[in-house]
Amino acid sequence: MGIKICTKAFDPWQEVQLYLHSAAAMAGKYGATNVFIGTMRDFNEGDQVKGMTLEHYPGMTEKQLEKIVAEAIEKWPVIDALVVHRVGDILPNEPIVLVAVWTSHRGDAFDASRYIMEALKSRAPFWKKELLGSQVERWLVKNTDGYL
Amino acid sequence: MSIKVRYFASLKEAIGRSEDNLELAGLVTVSDVWRSANPDKTLPENSLAAVNMDYVELTGIVMDGDEVAFFPPVTGG
Repeated sequence: MGIKICTKAFDPWQEVQLYLHSAAAMAGKYGATNVFIGTMRDFNEGDQVKGMTLEHYPGMTEKQLEKIVAEAIEKWPVIDALVVHRVGDILPNEPIVLVAVWTSHRGDAFDASRYIMEALKSRAPFWKKELLGSQVERWLVKNTDGYL
Repeated sequence: MSIKVRYFASLKEAIGRSEDNLELAGLVTVSDVWRSANPDKTLPENSLAAVNMDYVELTGIVMDGDEVAFFPPVTGG
């Protein structure tokens, strides 16, 4: 299991490659890799967004993410999983979150990564504050259900 | 007993502090901790609470040395 909090911009594809490299024992064992990447948009609720600050609760963030991934491993036959999340000042088009899950078969990879992502959205202690085009700062009040 | 209290995000900005250190006596709940630290302010209805970095109900009991945190709904991902 890999949990990583990044204070600077990260390349999610490089993170996946690095993780695979460090987990060489997995080679040949998995048939499915599901990768989800969340990226910052330059609009929200009808407003232009110039930037964002992501605050977190150090320690609790890692503790909750480890719990969430452990739950996914208990529910599905997950071989391994990686979660990377950005904190600090973020610009549009920069990745915010990466969830990668390795399983034997595709169904479990899709289901387990969806579970990790949804649980992260409701339980991992991160908070977004947007800087709008009008220079106004705005805390996000809650996460949406993930559909338009 | 000594309790460390931490606040995050919009709640931290609303009360103007990121943490408090309290000395309390007797049987103390998470709600009691909020009231002792913020006697003039009601905890916003949708707030979440944690003790030692695990989510708890406001009725949860607090022990000496615990770290209690209050924060708004999370918005990561």
